[in-house]
Amino acid sequence: MVEHTVAATNAIVTLDVPIPQVIWGWMITLNMWAKSIGTGVIFVGAYLLARYSKEVGKDVKFWMPVISFVFLNIFLLFTLLDLHQPFRMWHIFAHPHWTSAITVGAWLATLFTGVVFLMLIIALKEPLLKHKRKLPKFLVAILESKWLNDELYNKLLKAAVVLAIPVTMYTATIMGEATARELWQTPTELIQMLLAALLTGSAVFLIIGYKWSYEVKRDLAIILGASAFLSFVIYMGEYYFGHMKAEEVEAILAYVKDSGPYHVMFWAGQWIAFIIPMVLVYLSLKSRSSSLLLLASVSAIVGLYITKHVWLIIPQLLPLS
Amino acid sequence: MLNKSRAYIKGVYMKLGFLVDLDLCMGCKGCEVACKVENQVPLKSWRLRVKYVDVGVYPETKRTYTPLRCNHCEDAPCERICPVSALHYLENGIVNIDKERCIGCAGCMMACPYGAIYMDPVTNTADKCTYCAHRIASEMMPACVVACPVEANIFGDLDDPASHISQYIMRHQKDGGVQVRKPEKNTKPKHFYVGGGEVHLNPLASKREEGYNLFNKITHLDHIGGH
Repeated sequence: MVEHTVAATNAIVTLDVPIPQVIWGWMITLNMWAKSIGTGVIFVGAYLLARYSKEVGKDVKFWMPVISFVFLNIFLLFTLLDLHQPFRMWHIFAHPHWTSAITVGAWLATLFTGVVFLMLIIALKEPLLKHKRKLPKFLVAILESKWLNDELYNKLLKAAVVLAIPVTMYTATIMGEATARELWQTPTELIQMLLAALLTGSAVFLIIGYKWSYEVKRDLAIILGASAFLSFVIYMGEYYFGHMKAEEVEAILAYVKDSGPYHVMFWAGQWIAFIIPMVLVYLSLKSRSSSLLLLASVSAIVGLYITKHVWLIIPQLLPLS
Repeated sequence: MLNKSRAYIKGVYMKLGFLVDLDLCMGCKGCEVACKVENQVPLKSWRLRVKYVDVGVYPETKRTYTPLRCNHCEDAPCERICPVSALHYLENGIVNIDKERCIGCAGCMMACPYGAIYMDPVTNTADKCTYCAHRIASEMMPACVVACPVEANIFGDLDDPASHISQYIMRHQKDGGVQVRKPEKNTKPKHFYVGGGEVHLNPLASKREEGYNLFNKITHLDHIGGH
């Protein structure tokens, strides 16, 4: 039996009940990933409008709310589906508990989605009114109202950028409030969430703006490369030095170290999300190749899901009692 | 019965706590069964469990028994993270749960450092030990306390220096013999242990090997609740 025990104590659990392991699974990964895209396109879109409005303004003003709204709804849908009592979601609004980052996040995300929805209506105004006859009269009346204009769009964009900051970062506070999971520390996770938004936001615009000038894409490539680099550095810091922090962190990181069950998945995520995009961005900046940036963008978006998933799962594998 | 007047029990001056004397516990699981019956805890769910850990190398071996339940922390992470206040403090210090309000987000399960909260597969809401709050309201002791054949479970008012639990803590505190689980989490548990060591209180001090089989197969739940 000694071969099964912890060396220092020679102790092994011999009788116990089955205990929960993964409580928050792929739906929460999808939630975080979709939210990164939903908020990231707002950050990066706002930057593009500020710097390259004449060149890409029209495209950005259309695609930014469309993509943000779609991914925010994916995020909200899977947040709802992950609840064991989804029909009680309204309790968050009727009985809010403000010390909970879940509550604060739900309120802010709802407000943010509302703002993005109004931006979407303005963005869709022109294309929808081309098919005026097929639309219901009330919708035509709304779309033709004077207040749905570019001025309102710009005001809403400012509000959206401000709201996108807490919306993208609040999940880090939830992770921080998960006292049981020592791996997640709020300050680190806050930065990781912000970087994830910038990574996916720039990647999405590199895909949409494939035909844009290289000058615009160079800026996006730098945002993508820098976000990937910083995020990778933080993960490596955790990976190589995290064990010095606490016994629990050491035990959790063992799941992604050499013989750990998530070793391959962890490194697959790091390579696909960060290393490959960084290399491709570097090569693209040297050769002015747009195709490389397209590949880097797809790689970053796919890899981020894997990276987030591993980081979400591993602290849950550790027995708490 | 609690040795208190009715008004005092229901009043705001109590801080109820629990203590387990691990030197007395013999791992009979009477408390576990009593809890399960009293609270009608569904299959694959436990509010209280007794974990066996074997220590040492043959012939120098020892079996340890540790009853594990909610710690009713003064600074409870589950209460803090609950988005709808389904988890809330009672005036007597108990961390209680309102199952009608719970939305089943499992935030509390992610936050509790002691793994003391489960997702009820029948109601699809979080649940946990409430120190048998319904029995206390009727001036009765928690079911696990009543069931213990060796009085290893000691329950009472921590704010009353004359209570059995306070006296017990004072008697054993001198030599550092009163411990809580994971004090570094700063949750201020109101559940204490006497006679415990690393192996009893720190889950990382013993190996929990998936599939290891001596009395039962050590494993984990694939799904939580009826989700």
